[in-house]
Amino acid sequence: MTKSELIDLIAKEQNHLAYRDVELAVKCMLEQMSQSLASGERIEIRGFGSFSLHYRPPRQGRNPKTGESVALAGKYVPHFKPGKELRERVNRCHVGEKAGE
Amino acid sequence: MALTKAEMAERLFDELGLNKREAKEMVEMFFEKIRSALEEEGGQVKLSGFGNFDLREKKQRPGRNPKTGEEIPITARRVVTFRPGQKLKARVEAYAGSEQ
Repeated sequence: MTKSELIDLIAKEQNHLAYRDVELAVKCMLEQMSQSLASGERIEIRGFGSFSLHYRPPRQGRNPKTGESVALAGKYVPHFKPGKELRERVNRCHVGEKAGE
Repeated sequence: MALTKAEMAERLFDELGLNKREAKEMVEMFFEKIRSALEEEGGQVKLSGFGNFDLREKKQRPGRNPKTGEEIPITARRVVTFRPGQKLKARVEAYAGSEQ
């Protein structure tokens, strides 16, 4: 599912908002989530999961073309931890298939 | 402080003029649609500019009860992983906060 398919699905499922409003809303939510992480703030969505930042310490990297060694600074990377409901729902269909074989 | 669904609904109310009920429903639906998509076989969600949610099959592996030290296998399972997109990674990389 892509962002535009997600927008289509939400637009179809409710009848009080125009397609354009749904599109703006989805973009607004993703922008707010990005902003939150970019400012070092966690995201906590019950039943879905949480996003936080993990630190990657500085390291010696290598330019793959020249083989030259380069110093890479420490940095933060986004990390997602699925919540209980998401974990269970994703794994339930898995378990269900196995049982149905 | 962490970003929550309540704050996301608040922003939709402030910025887009959705009423409180519409805003709350919109946030719920957003996360619910992503969850349902990931329940499907081979489910993947690609949100450009943000990142991709993928499914991974994990084989059974040996585990241990951390309290008793007893060995119990961790059963095979399907898990969700998130791969941040280039744009989000670039925005986060610059963060040099000290509270982490």
